[in-house]
Amino acid sequence: MTDTNPFAHVRHEPGAAKEDPIIIADHVVRRFGGLTAVDVDHFEVQRQAITALIGPNGAGKSTFFNLLTGFDKPQHGEWHFNGRSMKGVSPAKVARAGKVRTFQLTKALNRMTVIENMRLGAAAQRGENLFAAFVPPLWRQREADITEKAHELLHRFTLYDKKDDFAGSLSGGQRKLLEMARALMSEPEMVMLDEPMAGVNPALTESLLDHIVKLKNEGVSVLFVEHDMHMVRRISDWVVVMAEGRIIAEGPPDSVMRNPEVQEAYLGVHHDTDLSEESTS
Amino acid sequence: MGDLLVDVLREAFTPTTAAFALAAIGLNFHFGLTGLLNMGQAGFMLLGMYGFAITIREGGSIWLAVLVALALAVAFGVLLGWPTLKLRGDYLAIVTIAAAEMVRYLGRSQNFNDLTGASTGIRGNEFKGPFENLSPFPDRMVEIGPFALHGTRSTSWWLVVVAWSIVAIFVVVFWRLSRSPWGRVLKGIREDEDAVRSLGKNVYSYKMQALVIGGAIGAVAGVIWSLGASVQPDSMGRPTTFWVWTLLLLGGAATIFGPVLGSILFWSSLVLVKGLAALWIPDDVLSQQELEPFSLVLVGITLMGLVIFRPQGMLGDKRELAFND
Repeated sequence: MTDTNPFAHVRHEPGAAKEDPIIIADHVVRRFGGLTAVDVDHFEVQRQAITALIGPNGAGKSTFFNLLTGFDKPQHGEWHFNGRSMKGVSPAKVARAGKVRTFQLTKALNRMTVIENMRLGAAAQRGENLFAAFVPPLWRQREADITEKAHELLHRFTLYDKKDDFAGSLSGGQRKLLEMARALMSEPEMVMLDEPMAGVNPALTESLLDHIVKLKNEGVSVLFVEHDMHMVRRISDWVVVMAEGRIIAEGPPDSVMRNPEVQEAYLGVHHDTDLSEESTS
Repeated sequence: MGDLLVDVLREAFTPTTAAFALAAIGLNFHFGLTGLLNMGQAGFMLLGMYGFAITIREGGSIWLAVLVALALAVAFGVLLGWPTLKLRGDYLAIVTIAAAEMVRYLGRSQNFNDLTGASTGIRGNEFKGPFENLSPFPDRMVEIGPFALHGTRSTSWWLVVVAWSIVAIFVVVFWRLSRSPWGRVLKGIREDEDAVRSLGKNVYSYKMQALVIGGAIGAVAGVIWSLGASVQPDSMGRPTTFWVWTLLLLGGAATIFGPVLGSILFWSSLVLVKGLAALWIPDDVLSQQELEPFSLVLVGITLMGLVIFRPQGMLGDKRELAFND
């Protein structure tokens, strides 16, 4: 990360313009009744980098995340993914555009096997059409390709031995791994991880971190919400801090944590402690 | 005792049992695959009956009648699903149970006497003709083994053959679809809608397809029922829906043969219990009129036992229950 650092010339200030942004959001406002949960003037996410979105509880991180993935709709605002406006686009279409998310509370499909979970993540399976479903020759080849891809990912995420078990029988950490692996089935350009470390035991933490770094090395852009400062420091290239619905600071992990405004708003007396135990907004 | 055994076995293949099996296959698309709580399957069945019987009475062909029955069920499904499928599952249950009752009340209302025959319904001889004319069986009682049924009329061998053939067809359809990528999306929706959304699938459209297909199969079930009996709105009340649910859960939701096995077991055991009670319980303890409710109570208790000790149904996979949350 020397001369190739895409953040070398990015200013350390809220809403800073990036060299090659994959997400651009403008004036996104989400109110719940009288409460303004999100009020972001300008926000950019660098392509093929790991960006962390942090902030105290109730800062609006998860809401902002939901807005960017189509799971919630703002009162106003514009946001683009890869130059395409994503305003009013359904969650399914956002995913098909190449931006796949995971959830804070893991959504493994419990009464389906691990391999079926994986296959469901794949795109362009014609057999998912009702009429084509009657004619297996139309989708059998694609199914075989999907299964092969799924095996590959399961090996990588060390879940291959579990492939025929129900997802519900996996441990919490394994479910997080499965959810991430499943999100990769459609070969997304960007993955958005909502608290990937929540509820994961320390033994699995390292391997999860490695997987995320590996994703970046393969050219995937990553945006994640996290409470775990250790993780944020270790893997993120850029940190965006939210408080009370606004972006208050941006910068590389070390400098952003030294920012007095951030310390005041978020870290306060908890500076340098692991806050992952706390619940989120 | 021998007569009772014959009665029990006859109940196992009677057209009504086939009709219930079919209605449960439809519900299996809703609940077993997709997790939709359709509490109005009887409404789909009744619409199918009306569509079929009225079309024939007004001079339509049998094929047109079947198409009308299906079209009504599809329209009903779209109408119910359109506002409710975007909401949480419980709302669909409330809307379907109310809508099915509305169909029944409208059907039995005096205002529609000319169309639906109000609470009397539509008598068999007004619409069964075209179907019975197709029968290759003789127009008299036919004995096969210990079973005597009419060859052609009403609950006939002809209807038995047709009804179970249709059941077989839809068992195959369910098998094919539930094991396809399409069925996989539905199962994903059953487990967690938002997860499936996040993987790029149009959840609303899939739920609508499941609702419409299951409802259309319910309408076919209604047609078969009406060919064995008549069109009678009050026979398609809430109890019918609950029976369909009961025998689906008895056989095992999301299984391929669960609805068929459930229907056969449920209706045969009802006859068996009734027969045994009549044999063993003296008249001064329980009168003939009291036997029917008594056997329903016994069957009910048995089902409670089943739900407690084998909640996955006869054919279900016990492992799946471990993760109900």
